[in-house]
Amino acid sequence: MTAVTSDDQREQDAERSDIEKTADQSFIWGTRILAIAVAAVLLWIAIQVAIEAMPAIQEIGIEFLTQSTWDPVEDIYGILPAVYGTLVSSLIAILLAVPVGLACAIVLSENFLPISIRTPLVFLIELLAAIPSIVYGLWGIYVLIPFIEPLGDWLHNNLDWFPLFSTPYQGPGMLPAGIILSIMILPILTVIARDSLAALPTKLRWGSYGVGATRWRTIFSVLIPAAFSGIVGGIMLALGRALGETMAVTLVIGNSNDLNFSVLAPSVTISSLLASQFAEASGLQEDALFYAGLILFAITLVVNILAEIIVLRIKKY
Amino acid sequence: MTSSTQDWRSDEFDDQDMERSYSTQRTAIDLGLTILAFILLGVALLPLGLVLAFVIIKGGSQLNLDLFTGQIPAAGLEEGGIAPAIVGTLIVVGIAAAISLPFGVLAGIYLSEFSSGRIARWIRFFTNVLSGVPSIIMGIFAYGVVVLATDTFSAFAGGFALAILMLPIVVRTTDESLQLVPKQVRWASTGVGASDFQTVLKVVLPAALGAILTGVTLAIARAAGETAPLIFTALFSQFWPTGIWQPIPTLSVLVYNFAAVPYEKQQELAWAASLILVLLILLTSISARIAVRKSIY
Repeated sequence: MTAVTSDDQREQDAERSDIEKTADQSFIWGTRILAIAVAAVLLWIAIQVAIEAMPAIQEIGIEFLTQSTWDPVEDIYGILPAVYGTLVSSLIAILLAVPVGLACAIVLSENFLPISIRTPLVFLIELLAAIPSIVYGLWGIYVLIPFIEPLGDWLHNNLDWFPLFSTPYQGPGMLPAGIILSIMILPILTVIARDSLAALPTKLRWGSYGVGATRWRTIFSVLIPAAFSGIVGGIMLALGRALGETMAVTLVIGNSNDLNFSVLAPSVTISSLLASQFAEASGLQEDALFYAGLILFAITLVVNILAEIIVLRIKKY
Repeated sequence: MTSSTQDWRSDEFDDQDMERSYSTQRTAIDLGLTILAFILLGVALLPLGLVLAFVIIKGGSQLNLDLFTGQIPAAGLEEGGIAPAIVGTLIVVGIAAAISLPFGVLAGIYLSEFSSGRIARWIRFFTNVLSGVPSIIMGIFAYGVVVLATDTFSAFAGGFALAILMLPIVVRTTDESLQLVPKQVRWASTGVGASDFQTVLKVVLPAALGAILTGVTLAIARAAGETAPLIFTALFSQFWPTGIWQPIPTLSVLVYNFAAVPYEKQQELAWAASLILVLLILLTSISARIAVRKSIY
């Protein structure tokens, strides 16, 4: 190398430290600010919704949660039926989706099928999540509700002493909503349960087979306990989705604001209350809907944060 | 599994004098559980088949030129299509992409390239929690921030709501795609004297561009199907969009509005709009799969 090029090099270095370094630093700072802003959006949403709900919080107070009348004419607002509907429809969804999702996760993570078949199956299950909620709703009205009528009738005719089945099947209601929710949350549950099963060390399986356990004995006694926290995290994330899912539920739940324990009767969830009433609401009703939104936000936030913490724990192993 | 294969297996193992027999109770339980698991897998896939079948049959019969050119018919009218809603969906999703892409990609660059440990962990955590926030909450948030402030339901308000919805997906996609680019590529770039700025924008980002685009396309398709954030931001109208500060028709809200009306034509249009949304998502998902398989690193 000649002295001339090395001088040139030094000059270029000097140039970079002046201009390019500032460009570099401002680029890094720019991206840093935007990244922090992404996190701040969550806070912004919380503050904004809380501000909008404030008039209703002051006007109605905590009774909002315990009152079961929703009467815009008299300006009486309580969301007990919606809270009940949200929790019960999500619970139905979880009860239906957990066994199915777990079975899918097991089949798709253990060596039941060659990879070339497993990969498209995983893709198909993920597609379930990609289909728009509103399409499930439309399908629910015209296909699912008539389809499960025999089931609804049977439940009422044979188990009507049980409060959950005490009313005749009326079509739109908690049961079809729960079934649609279970379809919609199945993918997230399956994918996370599958990931946590697949992440288990192979030695665990060898050890179990080595002492003579069958495949399913290994799955139930070794693999599921070992992947338990991951599976619970997946169930929690799925629950978070179910609690907040709106359009499919709004179309099939019937949107009845009366409190009814029967899952065969029309019901309402917080999100379907918002979707069906927001457009016509004004004054205190609108504030009350913001209040309801704030409560939904708080519930899903708690569930999602717990789920994230559980799922994050597993990634460390 | 048929019983004949079972017999064959147990014979073979008996010949080899293995202690394990395939006729014992516990292996029967094992086989039963395997069958049950496969039945449940079938149960899981059944709704997908049923939804696709009904959307294709009911929506497919509506596919004609009128659908893509005609105006949205008012309740009870028999003539028309969903053209304004297709245009409206493109506009709203375009606004959402214009807001969330630069924002999300740059934030993702920070997480993958410049962050160190704790701050990044917190931001990733918040981003994940943000992606779990119900889409209807994004709707009332955008209502408060945009609709109340501008005093009008508008395409922009809808786009804003969808942008917040897409943001965490874009951030995560960028972050994950950039992390897949091998460290050596960055070392090589730095080694020939490039600055961080140049390394990221001219070397690392182009290398991950395919993966980022794939993820972003999926996010956009997902956003196009969203309804809840739009019903009180973009609202709906039957007419051709005239500007971003007016209520605007979208495919998803059209499905919602027409799903339960007692007019046959409107119900048919709801199925047709559903078909278009589902096809959009199927096509993007499948092409994304193919694109990912071809990825270089």
